[in-house]
Amino acid sequence: MYNRITQLFERQRSSILSIFFTAGFPELNSTARIIYALEQNGVDLIEVGIPYSDPLADGPVIQETSTVALRNGMTIDTLFHQLDELSSEVHVPLILMGYLNPVLQYGMERFCQRAAKCGVSGVILPDLPLDEYEGLYRQHFEGNNLKFIFLVTPATSTDRIRRIDSISSGFIYAVSSSSTTGKEDGFSSSQVEYLERLKSMRLRNPLMVGFGIHSPETLRHAFTHVHGAIIGSAYLKCLQNNPDVAEATRTFFERLGYAGIRKSIS
Amino acid sequence: MTSYQPNARGYYGSFGGAYIPEMLHRNIEELQANYLKIINSEAFQKEFASLLADYVGRPTPLFLARNLSEKYKARIYLKREDLCHTGAHKLNNVVGQVLLAQRLGKRHIIAETGAGQHGVATATVCALMGLRCTVFMGAKDIQRQQPNVLRMKMLGADVIAANSGSQTLKDATNEAIRYWINHPDETHYVIGSTIGPHPYPDMVARFQSVISYEIREQLLAKEGCESPNYVIACVGGGSNAAGAFYHFLSDSRVKLIGAEAAGEGIETGKTAATLTIGSEGIIHGCRTLLMQTPDGQIEEAHSVSAGLDYPGVGPLHAFLCRSQRARYYPITDAEALNAAFELSRTEGIIPALESAHALALLPKIGFEPDDIVVVNLSGRGDKDLETYRGHFLREFTCL
Repeated sequence: MYNRITQLFERQRSSILSIFFTAGFPELNSTARIIYALEQNGVDLIEVGIPYSDPLADGPVIQETSTVALRNGMTIDTLFHQLDELSSEVHVPLILMGYLNPVLQYGMERFCQRAAKCGVSGVILPDLPLDEYEGLYRQHFEGNNLKFIFLVTPATSTDRIRRIDSISSGFIYAVSSSSTTGKEDGFSSSQVEYLERLKSMRLRNPLMVGFGIHSPETLRHAFTHVHGAIIGSAYLKCLQNNPDVAEATRTFFERLGYAGIRKSIS
Repeated sequence: MTSYQPNARGYYGSFGGAYIPEMLHRNIEELQANYLKIINSEAFQKEFASLLADYVGRPTPLFLARNLSEKYKARIYLKREDLCHTGAHKLNNVVGQVLLAQRLGKRHIIAETGAGQHGVATATVCALMGLRCTVFMGAKDIQRQQPNVLRMKMLGADVIAANSGSQTLKDATNEAIRYWINHPDETHYVIGSTIGPHPYPDMVARFQSVISYEIREQLLAKEGCESPNYVIACVGGGSNAAGAFYHFLSDSRVKLIGAEAAGEGIETGKTAATLTIGSEGIIHGCRTLLMQTPDGQIEEAHSVSAGLDYPGVGPLHAFLCRSQRARYYPITDAEALNAAFELSRTEGIIPALESAHALALLPKIGFEPDDIVVVNLSGRGDKDLETYRGHFLREFTCL
């Protein structure tokens, strides 16, 4: 069955860029403007963050944007309505990323049906255990043609990576280091080793690296070692500094040197 | 017969489990794979028992409160956890977890704290064992529990203010988890209550189970019967109640009663009565009952007692509540304050505000004259004197 994430990776095997943003930030109705701006700047994948009151795996930037988004009144239902309106105009695959509890309250099956209806192609729920996904929820994702993307970290054992690879679909989200989101430490030799180790495992899923990608240098590193990179906090910081979405997005990609990096690698 | 032990994946019925991001998987898996093996080893048991006896000061007395007994027409005993070193039951769990962390090769201990009792207990054991200690505490709780902040600092711990969210226990827990994600190799996170991902709820309950173990032995000596009619304890996350209930869970003769913090009242929106008004969901890595909006956002809890100011509850209590093995009642701030004052004047014991919630149930239950009632007096009230002074200015005019 036709899925935009599958199509993307069939078409393109390197330098894939995914951008994460918190839905409802800076304003409740920024969602469409942000998605258009990202698509115009050549982004390959977009992760739409569902804001949560207690984002355990996130650093200060995503915590702050989530707090603002919730204060602005963002809910899963509102987000689906916003996505309904732009589904016919957007061609970049959309992924919903959030924490498990709000989705459980919405109802997992209903969430999957609704996501599929407004054109979403995949879902990431970092605190949903593998067993529970397999035993209870996998059917709802597969039944609605949604990819479900799991995370691996430098501490994930080889056996577990194999198991995650067998269950995950779309791609595997390789967390770059043991950290919450938004760290700006740069790439260490052990991180390079970790990405090369993942690559050498010849997994069935493509690999996208995230957490700590924030500069031309870190992006170049990511593109050199795996299929693509995910940026969240660094982009949200630009939106925090400039509420004009189009302008902030343009500035962000200029500073990132995205066009040049992409050209030089491909 | 119903089992009150969690299954291999940490579930009590449908509550429990481990809902954690992949970044914590290795640490949690390491604990799951090793905790029972370590805790049940002879060497561990010996060292744990010796520290409980000579350092914590166990067994704590089981005191027949004659004045309260006369007033409420039953035989009312107080299990004096307030007489533990550092002033609360929290030390039992910390001693156990730090011994376990040492065996896992961890050199840095982190903890969250609400009222500061768990933070003080953790700082204390780390000082004893020569381990680095970092305690996360809500900025609001730092303000209202100053004496405990000073104690932690004197004991050599770093106290880090959690400025996010409601700036109370929930947010301190978030910050501790985030720190653990960022420093997984050298750090053990000592959770202070029967909450968190499996194996924490079971591990903490086991370390606290010494409370009910002693109650049984002491009752046998004093009353010739090891089963009381009632065990009453306060419940925030639920560690002192889990410890006081533990060895009576399968003894259907014993009625188990929990007091949770109603705050200003369960109808006011300013409450922490999770078992009364909560619904099923995920908080801090486990499936349990919690206070949340219809959209699944966790709500802020409110209680005069920092130790009960938590929007979730341990999965064991969610299960005991759902299966009706235990009954839980909401107690308002005002009822708890009055109970604290009553115990001070009738028995000469100033209780912690948390424990005062359990005492406030005494007039509400309706005992038979022969009933044997054990109230778990989980902590002493020194840390709460400022709050008590604020509410009882009339009585304290001499101060």
